[in-house]
Amino acid sequence: MKYLKVTTFLIAAALASPVAAQEAGGRLDIVVQPEPPGLMLGLVQNGPTQLVAGDIYESLLRYDSDLTPMPSLAKSWEISDDGLTYTFKLNEGVKWHDGEDFTADDVVFSADVFLRETHARLRASLAYVKSITAPDPMTVVFKLKEPFGPFINAFENGTMPIVPKHIYEGTDFANNPANATPIGTGPFKFKEWVKGSHIHLVKNEDYYVDGLPYLDEVFYRVIPDAAARAVAFETGEVDVLPGGSVENWDIPRLAEMDGVCVTEKGWEFLAPLAWMWLNNREGPTANEKFRQAVMYAMDREFMRDVVWNGFGKVATGPIASSTNFYSDDVTIYDHNPDKAKELLAEMGYDGEPVRILPLPYGETWQRWAEAVRQNLSEVGINAEIDSSDVAGWNEKTSQWDYDMAFTYLYQYGDPALGVSRNYTADRIKKGSPWNNVEGYENLALDEKWAAAATMVTPEEREAAYAEIQKEIVDDVPVAWMQELTFPTIYRCNVNDLVTTAIGINDGPRNAWIKK
Amino acid sequence: MWKRFRSNMGAMIGVVLLLSVIVIAMIAPLIFSDGPWQMVQRPFLAPFAVDGLPLGTDTLGRNVAAQLAYGARVSLLVGLVSTVVALLIGVPLGALAGFYGGYVDEGAMRFTEFFQTIPNFALAIVLVAIFEPTLTSITIAIAIVSWPPVARLVRAEVMSVRTREFVDAARLAGLSKPRILIQQVLPNTVSPIIVMASLMVATAILLESSLSFLGLGDPNSMSWGYMIGAARTVIRTSWWLSFFPGIAIVITVLALNLIGEGLNDAFNPHLSRKGKA
Repeated sequence: MKYLKVTTFLIAAALASPVAAQEAGGRLDIVVQPEPPGLMLGLVQNGPTQLVAGDIYESLLRYDSDLTPMPSLAKSWEISDDGLTYTFKLNEGVKWHDGEDFTADDVVFSADVFLRETHARLRASLAYVKSITAPDPMTVVFKLKEPFGPFINAFENGTMPIVPKHIYEGTDFANNPANATPIGTGPFKFKEWVKGSHIHLVKNEDYYVDGLPYLDEVFYRVIPDAAARAVAFETGEVDVLPGGSVENWDIPRLAEMDGVCVTEKGWEFLAPLAWMWLNNREGPTANEKFRQAVMYAMDREFMRDVVWNGFGKVATGPIASSTNFYSDDVTIYDHNPDKAKELLAEMGYDGEPVRILPLPYGETWQRWAEAVRQNLSEVGINAEIDSSDVAGWNEKTSQWDYDMAFTYLYQYGDPALGVSRNYTADRIKKGSPWNNVEGYENLALDEKWAAAATMVTPEEREAAYAEIQKEIVDDVPVAWMQELTFPTIYRCNVNDLVTTAIGINDGPRNAWIKK
Repeated sequence: MWKRFRSNMGAMIGVVLLLSVIVIAMIAPLIFSDGPWQMVQRPFLAPFAVDGLPLGTDTLGRNVAAQLAYGARVSLLVGLVSTVVALLIGVPLGALAGFYGGYVDEGAMRFTEFFQTIPNFALAIVLVAIFEPTLTSITIAIAIVSWPPVARLVRAEVMSVRTREFVDAARLAGLSKPRILIQQVLPNTVSPIIVMASLMVATAILLESSLSFLGLGDPNSMSWGYMIGAARTVIRTSWWLSFFPGIAIVITVLALNLIGEGLNDAFNPHLSRKGKA
């Protein structure tokens, strides 16, 4: 059967470096969905908070779409040859929004005291850190116990936001009244938050980078219904729809409007990768041949084109192509039903039913599971869909009561931060849906994962991860589906909105509106 | 009686419509041998845009016509089975209450009221959500929310019939109470039950569709409510995805209502509207 491919969208030319000079002024209205629980980035790091507070707070580094570090609060940095000492030189003349001077003490306080207490994901990386010191007010030195390559990715804003020491030192961080009026060093200051309606940020006139930001103000608009958000964009009430704020099916319609641009960029740091956990412990999915057959049975290109409207990229293995140390030198599972049938015959599959558990996140995921079930039934696998709400999904996956279960996880730029946690045996633990839920055990590979994390040079790590990827892809511990991208829809007269690996989370810093 | 039913134009239209739905449901596997989930073409094809797909394709490129035909199977199956189950609960309960009266009546009716005070649809949602949506659980949930009116109807009918003279005669002839109830009383309450049952099938089909629309359908069986629910988000760009299953539901429910009304008129000639007018 021949499928016609759906249209793929041209990435807006606006992303190329603009020829015109930047124009200052104007206001930007961005949808935020759902309304964030708080804006104190050191305490809350969920998506909507990072979107809004990414303009208020800053970290030492920013990352371009290749995950190469760029200056932010740090103007330069150095990593010693043994990989153990990270030295940062800070920008001069940086002020907190309340007028106090920003110094190296703020960085030491944030990383060593505040975030160590409040930020679980950073704490895992800080375990490798021996000391954080400020030899002078404009220098910060991180000393590591052993080399930890991914550490250079830990200075992203959602990972290590720098918070003001003069406000938080010695207080109860979570209940500090200042949390309601966040004070950062970022390009925009907090002005007002009308719950259920909008969050209003205004330009930081004293921002330390000359000329930035260009925008006068940014409004984050809370609009609870997806259809209403689409309408608000159509009528011009909002200028930017961040990824995931409208239904996939609505994207082509909005993208076709005059003066509307769409980009898939801005997800390189998080790099969400979707896969199906295949229960490695019991049932047909415990058989490696069955798992390979599943990979060959699926037409993942079709699913990407139809279920995800052409957005995203078919995954080749455990590491997303935008994450560091990705290698495509692996077995490629194309859509090959004959091969799948062959494998099933070899293992002697007897038609034992397998259950597919979709992720209960709405229509797209339900359709995705239906497409998988259809593909599997075409090669003779007796698959049915299990239905569940969010609580049920959590329960079933964390109690290992499933055969195949959809999920997706962020990679945070480095395999040691966001990938190995799903495949090593020490991460098999009942009760959590965020670890090695499939029950894959390969002790030889575990050692390689561990070694690769602490190698000193990127070249060594590259080789180690290439080897790991080659091996694990043949085992198919999980069925890798695709790298998800959540396209950002915006008006084309908004320039330089998505320029970094975290997209619009720090986009308004450089954005400008052409009049 | 059949003569009276046949002369009722509306009822006959209902029968024809219902029969065609039944036929389509029965021959669905013959016409669409690949099943309703097969992705056959590009998604979002409008009706008649491509030969062989008169009703277009859905969000995944599946044949809408095939989905409709298979959906008819689910709708009719759930409608019929849940009605039968509801009758199996409602008729005995109502009959016992009406026939024996007293404490039995009190108990049975309080029990019935317990169910009647909870809104039907809300209870059905809760039941399906608890038992996980499968065809069986949906059918049972619909039966559980639809038996109370049956019980009340049967109770009222039994109470009026049991005071008739032929029942006294049976009692004098020495028949036992259960025998009188089953052999003499119940057969005389059948006609209103049949009328009610035909309308219940219609209600059950609507209930099943509403549940599927809300995403509480059996994810492994194609149903009309599922089709509308899945098409809800694309209604502005692809009207046919919700229009055709909507029409199918309207036709089936209308047919059942026409039949129900026709049966009612046929069973109770002096109550028929024509007679009154």
